[in-house]
Amino acid sequence: MIKHLWDRIKRPIDPWLLLFIIFLFIVSSVLLYSASNRDLDKVMDKVTFMGISLFGMWCIANIQPRVLMHLALPAYIVGVILLLAVEFFGVTSHGATRWLNIGITRIQPSELMRLALPLMLAWYFHHFESTLNWRHFVGGALIIAAPFILILKQPDLGTSLLIASSGFYVLFFAGLSWRFIGLMSGCIAVFAYIVTHWDMCINVLHEYQCRRIATMLNPMEDPLGAGYHIIQGTIAIGSGGWFGKGWLAGTQTHLDFIPERTTDFIFAVYGEEFGLVGNCILLILYLLVIFRALMISNSANTLFGRLLAGAIAMNFFTYALVNMGMVTGMLPVVGVPLPLISYGGTSMVSILATFGLLMSIQRDRSLMKG
Amino acid sequence: MNRRVVMNQHGERNAFQVRLAAAAFFILAMFGVLVARFVWLQVMQHDRYLTLAEQNRISLVPIPPSRGIIRDRNGVVLAHNFSAYTLEITPSKVGDLEETITRLKGIVDITPKDRRRFKKLQEETKDFETLPIRTKLSDDEVARFAAQSYKFPGVEIKARLFRQYPLGESASHLIGYIGRINDKDIKQLEDDGRLANYRGTDHIGKLGLEQSYEEYLHGITGFEQVEIDSGGRAVRTLKRTPPQSGKDLTLSVDIKLQQMVEQQFAARRGSLVAIDPRTGGILALVSQPGFDPNLFVDGIDPQSWSELNESLDKPLLNRAIRGEYPPGSTFKPFMAIAALELNTPIVNQVISDPGYFIYGGHRFNDSKKGGYGSMSFDRSIALSSDTYFYQMAVQMGIDNIAKSMAMLDFGVPTGADLPGERPGILPSPEWKKKRFKKPAQQKWYSGETVSIGIGQGYNAYTPMQLAHATATLANRGVMFKPHAVQSILDVATGKKMIVEPKPVKTMPWKPHNIERVIRGMEGVMTVGTGAGVFRGAPYVSAGKTGTAQVFSLKGAKYNANAIKERLRDHSWFIAFAPSDKPTIALAVIVENGGFGAQAAAPIARKVLDYYLTGKLPPDPAALAASAAAKASAPQPASTVSAEVVPRD
Repeated sequence: MIKHLWDRIKRPIDPWLLLFIIFLFIVSSVLLYSASNRDLDKVMDKVTFMGISLFGMWCIANIQPRVLMHLALPAYIVGVILLLAVEFFGVTSHGATRWLNIGITRIQPSELMRLALPLMLAWYFHHFESTLNWRHFVGGALIIAAPFILILKQPDLGTSLLIASSGFYVLFFAGLSWRFIGLMSGCIAVFAYIVTHWDMCINVLHEYQCRRIATMLNPMEDPLGAGYHIIQGTIAIGSGGWFGKGWLAGTQTHLDFIPERTTDFIFAVYGEEFGLVGNCILLILYLLVIFRALMISNSANTLFGRLLAGAIAMNFFTYALVNMGMVTGMLPVVGVPLPLISYGGTSMVSILATFGLLMSIQRDRSLMKG
Repeated sequence: MNRRVVMNQHGERNAFQVRLAAAAFFILAMFGVLVARFVWLQVMQHDRYLTLAEQNRISLVPIPPSRGIIRDRNGVVLAHNFSAYTLEITPSKVGDLEETITRLKGIVDITPKDRRRFKKLQEETKDFETLPIRTKLSDDEVARFAAQSYKFPGVEIKARLFRQYPLGESASHLIGYIGRINDKDIKQLEDDGRLANYRGTDHIGKLGLEQSYEEYLHGITGFEQVEIDSGGRAVRTLKRTPPQSGKDLTLSVDIKLQQMVEQQFAARRGSLVAIDPRTGGILALVSQPGFDPNLFVDGIDPQSWSELNESLDKPLLNRAIRGEYPPGSTFKPFMAIAALELNTPIVNQVISDPGYFIYGGHRFNDSKKGGYGSMSFDRSIALSSDTYFYQMAVQMGIDNIAKSMAMLDFGVPTGADLPGERPGILPSPEWKKKRFKKPAQQKWYSGETVSIGIGQGYNAYTPMQLAHATATLANRGVMFKPHAVQSILDVATGKKMIVEPKPVKTMPWKPHNIERVIRGMEGVMTVGTGAGVFRGAPYVSAGKTGTAQVFSLKGAKYNANAIKERLRDHSWFIAFAPSDKPTIALAVIVENGGFGAQAAAPIARKVLDYYLTGKLPPDPAALAASAAAKASAPQPASTVSAEVVPRD
């Protein structure tokens, strides 16, 4: 009876992905207990969210990819409409208009776009699979451009770039020309050169964005202001050494020096308490998740599945890279949580939703085989 | 055919796998970069960061900048800083706090009040912050502590800058004061992105110019990176970025004029705002009674606070920008110019003034019993004929009145550079709809228009608004924004930023209409209600008296002695001079001062005399005494002129 029930539940679940996720959850809970100064309520909160997210993942994993394909276009259109609504009726906070007030709560439509854009693009390329040519890539670029510009206007450069990159991954896997990729890399290099030089940057970006970049290049310029996060984060990680100061023993953490230490800067806590060895273990866990996702992509039996799975894998990787790069002072500070580790419900729910998609793609293949 | 498709798919699959391999390679490469960064931070630079982490909390010491100085137009200092020693404790570095304080008491004088204040500070802050237990130590106390400081780790003497207002109560409402930064300030600073600049700063401008020019006065915080030994003492400075002092303010206010006015008010309540109509520069801004801003700098003690807060005289209320009063007849010149501009029929008529006006079955009385007989436009201002203005209001209609007065910034803040300015009330049918909830109350009755015409009814404006409108009229319709700060000096660079007077707007008035109203206001000073007070003035001036009816004692506590005096009308006066090329315009109100000519006009006379001839009143104390005597006399004999009986 119980075995039968378990078979039903696990049927669409990819055991490997589930195993890695649970490992990450354990790391996350243990770390949160330390980062929150032993706040068990916060840990329980997180565990509750994990349960909810896992259930959500299981539900999505039960949906057939065919159904997902039907959802792609409506989800994308709704997403763009919501972004337009933000433009006109959005709620402004700290100078940025990113939220919609829907009575009970505020929602951030750019979050929906993280899922909807790759879905839309995967469906789009799948639809034109047999006739793909360069014109379709121009179409794909336009599909990316709409949400990118709308989010950029909020202004939210970080999120708009991340969303554009998630779209780019689909284009890449769909066969975007290597020559074009080379050209774009060149452009990005030039752009990076410009924004890292203050007097040129100010013509291209908002002043606060330039300040963040300048601060990242030289945190000591503004040690009491924006540079504070970076200085304290690098001190925490650097002082961790090979093996770290031990769980609950991070002085930077427990003397309140790390701002946002349960959310965006939680990696500083991890690096301080678990050291280089701990960091490498975390990287390996992330690699396992990413490579499993790439394997699912490789074995998917439709172009839609391949593209979507590939984009999900790359997205997960990008978030992890950007967060760790930011905390260690290699990338500018953008509000990106460390996937599956940071405290905060929204990001966990949306990441596990994408894993649900992965599992659905994976199951589709095994069903075909069976 | 079929074969080709399969081949094709196979080729696509291969191409896709190449892409996957490229992605995997990219991922490994990027994670490799991350690992390299980890190795750099955690292995190569480990020692350095470990040291930094251990010394972290003391490695960056902010150095607060010194606050800008405030001076009047002639360079008289109104707010400055002085350096004094304070004894400070860092609770996290002290073992037993109670015991330490008890031992300190043997060396310096620590009163129970100091302890209470310290305790309150400690509750509000984090343990690793350094808090003052005693401020303004004597040299003797400094020397005694220095000799024994080794016994007190975590306790130190620091030289700090304190804010001081050398003139005490004078101009307190204008200058404002600074006080300790509280949670609300922190939130505001955070929202503005200025919080980082306030590390190490305990105080912030709370009121008046200290608040509105906070950004200029505060300066830029410097910082010091210091290496510190285990006992918490600084060993050496690694790097120092000096703070940049706040900018100095020079006001357009003449403090001698300001103080003279304050003396004229003596114990009476009221306000005066004097403006240079050519620039909008505020020459004096008086709100009496005032308070001593020095009390607030180090946290006010509970007793002084309740005295100020509960006083019936409301010394904390800035009457100049927050006191809203019906303007009474000082409203008439603005009504008159509006009527001329609208070409209202009455301006070309001579009407009969029987001393009352019947409208809609109601009788509206004139303040002059029996009336003036016949009354023309030009005499109506000088003699302040209510009947004439009742009719004028009816002919104009409430919408026209409200529209014309809104142009003069009645009903909105004037935008002066002082925080907390109230908008006043410019009544109109729309205003009534917004103000009242019940439909019956929302309706505008045409009878209400009648009393609006003489500045009564719902009308309520601040002295600032009246001074501002008077200045606009004096300046022939060219309006400037009132401002108290004339220039801002960057002490470090010596660069002086002049606050350029900018004309906000120009009234669409015809010059001959303006001159006609001003002639009427000159009449007030020669043959009208102000003639007694302004007899013998060596300049031609224009003015208008006013009396604001006091309806009730809202919120005031019942006090048998005070109630009779507090039911008396408020005395208003507006004026400018010289009337052809005015250099000063003002509005005065004396609360419960009676008729306009009685209490307010004499103050205006002294201000104009001083400003235009440089002559200060001979003996302020004696004048104040006689003014007080006059205010309580039933009939102001000295203000009665031979030609007319001064009524408002």
